[in-house]
Amino acid sequence: MKASLTLNKVSNFLGLGLFRTLKDLFANKLEKEDFKNFLRKTIVPLASILLFLGLWNIGAKALYNTEADFKIEKALQNQGQAAADALQVCIASGESSCQPNTLPSPSQVWGSFQSLLRDHNIINADKAAFAEKTAALNKTRIAEGKNAIVYTGRPSFVDQIFRSLKTVFAGFLLALFIAVPLGIFIGLSPTLKSAFNWFIQIFKPVSPVVWYLLVFMIVKTVLIGSADDSSFTISFISVGLCSMWATLVNTAMGVSTVDKDYINVAKVLKLGAFQKIFKVVLPSSLPLIFTGLKITLSVAWMVLIAIELLAQSPGLGLFVWEEFQNGANDSNAKIIVAMFVIGIIGFLLDRLMLMIQNWVSFDKTDAI
Amino acid sequence: MAYLELNNICKTYGQGDNESQVLSNINLTIEEGEFVAIVGFTGSGKTTLVNLINGLLEPTSGEVLFKGNPVSGTSHERGVIFQNYSLLPWLTVEQNVLMAVKEAFPKREKAIWKRKAAYYIEMVNLTPATNKLPKELSGGMRQRVAVARALAMKPDMIIMDEPLGALDALTRGNLQDQILNIWGKDKRTALLITNDVDEGIYMADRIIPLRPGPNATLGPEFKIDLERPRDKTELNDNASFKKTRNAIIEYLMDIGDERKSEAKEQFILPDLAPKDFVNQFR
Repeated sequence: MKASLTLNKVSNFLGLGLFRTLKDLFANKLEKEDFKNFLRKTIVPLASILLFLGLWNIGAKALYNTEADFKIEKALQNQGQAAADALQVCIASGESSCQPNTLPSPSQVWGSFQSLLRDHNIINADKAAFAEKTAALNKTRIAEGKNAIVYTGRPSFVDQIFRSLKTVFAGFLLALFIAVPLGIFIGLSPTLKSAFNWFIQIFKPVSPVVWYLLVFMIVKTVLIGSADDSSFTISFISVGLCSMWATLVNTAMGVSTVDKDYINVAKVLKLGAFQKIFKVVLPSSLPLIFTGLKITLSVAWMVLIAIELLAQSPGLGLFVWEEFQNGANDSNAKIIVAMFVIGIIGFLLDRLMLMIQNWVSFDKTDAI
Repeated sequence: MAYLELNNICKTYGQGDNESQVLSNINLTIEEGEFVAIVGFTGSGKTTLVNLINGLLEPTSGEVLFKGNPVSGTSHERGVIFQNYSLLPWLTVEQNVLMAVKEAFPKREKAIWKRKAAYYIEMVNLTPATNKLPKELSGGMRQRVAVARALAMKPDMIIMDEPLGALDALTRGNLQDQILNIWGKDKRTALLITNDVDEGIYMADRIIPLRPGPNATLGPEFKIDLERPRDKTELNDNASFKKTRNAIIEYLMDIGDERKSEAKEQFILPDLAPKDFVNQFR
């Protein structure tokens, strides 16, 4: 349900202009210039989407045929004519057990998307039933001081999305709380800057996988003996460490390049160090800090998938990996669904940050 | 004892081969209540001089004395109006002025902060724009906010660094009168840096030309003995005004010529001509 809501919002966001122009078109309000604009804004994107889907479909068909021919050829060589004929009939009938395993077509992906939503509804119903069933028992257990029984069934696709979002936000907040204060200190003090410079230059390009391993080494030992699942902790810390560099560098740069005029004003007004930082330095470097945070969030979302996969932490990354390992006949289609969901959520996160950035940057707001 | 005194000030930027002396042997004394203008070409080191006086820079050699004490660092006793307004763009007019008020009035007088800010905003006729951001104001209004902010520090001396340089002629005349008005009320000491000789003569008691840098130094002073309040239109026909003005301009022009003749370095142009252009004479 929630996923379809998000999709509605996306289509609204992308299509609002289209509907408005269409309304104008019917009201005969369009002039020649408007018409050109209408073409560019609506027809061209729609056409490119259709072209994309068409090419995808053709490509998927071609790959499907190649794979099918190969399978039949192999059956012919290994098991003889009868087996090959049987396989050909089986493939043509669309029986799921003998389908060639290759790039799914757009319609298959759409089908998988719907089946994932259905699956989500089933799991939700299951959860509700479980909660109802255990409600009375849990009450007595809690009264007795025992832990309540919780649902431990497999998570649905939508659950995985929210789990991923949770991980990414935890990682993002970690990056925010480390990188912004550290960036401010580094930007303010040339001494700290030279102390940290090598550190930033060396660790900035390190791959997410290595960060994950490092965090794993440390967290595993720190959380030794704890019963909690450490995969979430490990993955959000890794995400935070991977993605914080953009914010760190941007904050340090923003703080160290505050307009000299503003610094002069602060000096002439004899502001104290605290006042100077909060009244002058920070507001003037906010736009740069937010550019950094925007990059951080998109990097966090990007590395999240790889890290979840490694950490076996539930989420979209693990979903993709499990589907790949699973190798069911619709696994490939589910992977493509996940790909689109990841892309669309990444896009929405970027928009969100842009909105916040516009909102706080001093050119647009009246008081900070 | 002079109010502000500059003794043999030298200021160099850079070190070693890159060293360039911007100001050399600047001597200047300003008495209390005086309005002094320093005129000079752009790039002659005027802003450096201002920053030395207000304490943003320290002289390489020589000393700046304010009320007999050497200047070290900035102080709210010397209010500065910067060339490019330097308002904080994320604060409203009131908040910008409040920052200065908070410096001038200690914390225990918190209650009067807002009232004081309103008072100084009123002084420059900006009350309707109290809650506006600098970007919503015209250049003249922004400079008035800067004036209000400088005054809100209750300075004993106002230092103005080409405050009206970026404004159009009409606004400029208007603001000159406003500044003179405010100055006339409580006769603060004022130092005006400008590149406009007329502005200097109209506003100041004394004009000192700054010979252009590198190695800028102060020229001979010109006293302006016009009675206040001065009238701009009458001034144009005033014989004494014309004489002083011509003298100053002549002096500045002479330095300009001198400077040109000093630039003796010959540039060797490459022997180039378009191909076809040469060929057609063969």
